[in-house]
Amino acid sequence: MDRIPILKIGPALLVTIQVDLHDDVAMALEEDLGNRIVKSGAKGVLIDISALEIVDSFIGRTLANIAGVARLLDAETVVVGMRPAVAITLVELGLSMPGIRTALDAERGMAVIRARIAEVGTADDHVVDKR
Amino acid sequence: MARRPAGLVDIIAAHEDEIIRQWQAELASNGSERRLSAREIETQCRSMLDAFRESAEAGQASERLHDLLAGMTRTRALQGFPISETVSFVLSLKRPLADAAIKALERQPAAALREVMAAGDLIDGLVRNVTEAFARAREEIILHQQQEISELSTPVVKLWDGILALPLIGTLDSSRTQVVMENLLQAIVDEGAQMTIIDITGVPTVDTLVAQHLLKTIAAARLMGAECIISGIRPQIAQTMVHLGVELSVVSKATLAEALGYALAQSGRAVVARRPAGG
Amino acid sequence: MSSTNVERHVIQNSDDVVRVRQAVRRAALDAGLSLVDQTKIITAASELARNTLDHGGGGEALLERLADGGRSGVRIRFEDTGPGIADIDAALRPGFTTGRGMGLGLGGARQLSNEFSIVSELGQGTRVTIARWK
Repeated sequence: MDRIPILKIGPALLVTIQVDLHDDVAMALEEDLGNRIVKSGAKGVLIDISALEIVDSFIGRTLANIAGVARLLDAETVVVGMRPAVAITLVELGLSMPGIRTALDAERGMAVIRARIAEVGTADDHVVDKR
Repeated sequence: MARRPAGLVDIIAAHEDEIIRQWQAELASNGSERRLSAREIETQCRSMLDAFRESAEAGQASERLHDLLAGMTRTRALQGFPISETVSFVLSLKRPLADAAIKALERQPAAALREVMAAGDLIDGLVRNVTEAFARAREEIILHQQQEISELSTPVVKLWDGILALPLIGTLDSSRTQVVMENLLQAIVDEGAQMTIIDITGVPTVDTLVAQHLLKTIAAARLMGAECIISGIRPQIAQTMVHLGVELSVVSKATLAEALGYALAQSGRAVVARRPAGG
Repeated sequence: MSSTNVERHVIQNSDDVVRVRQAVRRAALDAGLSLVDQTKIITAASELARNTLDHGGGGEALLERLADGGRSGVRIRFEDTGPGIADIDAALRPGFTTGRGMGLGLGGARQLSNEFSIVSELGQGTRVTIARWK
């Protein structure tokens, strides 16, 4: 089975979802992302869906699950690059994904994550090694 | 019975020029057809009389006559002629035909009456066709205009880098919402916009349905990563919305100017006066 | 109304759902649907194909390319021989779910289509038909 690669860029993990996300691949992604967040201490997850021609409720739920898992692990998820036709369809479908942050592209998504880090600060900033 | 139409055919053939002349005179005295040149009118009259003769021969309106009239009517409807003028073009043929029949059958009043009535029946049928064709053409125009209006009335304006305005005028139904959404989302992509001000100063009422359409548009923009602000809710509309229990749950500013100020502030910009106001 | 070219696609696993989606995309493209309309009908088909798999225990999709005078379109019929739906009205309401989705499948598919019909009999199966016209 193919696995979707997860890249670490600065304080965030970047996942680019390609066309036709199969169910088992989606499941594996949820699992892999959780592990990577813990291992890397990433504070944000960028999911680039600009290649997706459709987002149905299964993919919508996958994204919501990822965001939920990430939030529990103190990382913010930003979905970036949704196409206009996909956004219109999702709204008609009744799927407005209220719990997920969005941005126009990966660059702006990264800005959202950086802004959050600046606002909340990370635990590391306050730990001073006195030795 | 079989000879009746033939009578009309002979009369038309024998008095063609006279009929045409009188028909044109009728049209001129009605004051109609001012928009067309005498020559255009004559051409139309001639081709129609020819098709009419053919129909009289067949005893019923021929396909050519139908097509000719439908085409003529359509052109007139598109050019904005009133329906009365279009109908009277056909009706004005009655008198010249009757006069020609009476003249040709001077000594046979019964036969003359028969031909006059035959011509009248044929023309009455044509009037019905003209009315229908006219209504169809008008519907076509209305449909076309509706499309044009929906495209014209949904401009997306760039106010600043990353800030768009969508001034809505008129009401929002589901088909218009589709057009608005498509235009807005494409503009968001093209301009890389992060903020859109939806100004509803020109929206006459906001009921639950209109609010739903607005919320859909806002939700779609948000999915793309752009925030929406509403501006221009008039006091009466705000009141109606509260009474209806309509909630928009987005940032709302009284005027477009305030909304722009808010949008600029959100993007880390400020408008500063370089000189004291009025100076 | 004349229709041409009917394709049959089996839905037995999640790869088949993807295949149905691709077939619908091709048909929608051929029918000349706008990008938004293509996206809507593909999404609706994806929801229903998944319903067929998850709730109907598998089945098939019949994809029809439509041509009616000047209009063209796509119609897809999803059939399964599963347990059927006890309360169709409830199943069409947003938020209703017995499976893994978000409970938007059936009602959502209706929202996204120009034509929608559903026939279901307990213990016999379910048939859902959707169409989108240019």
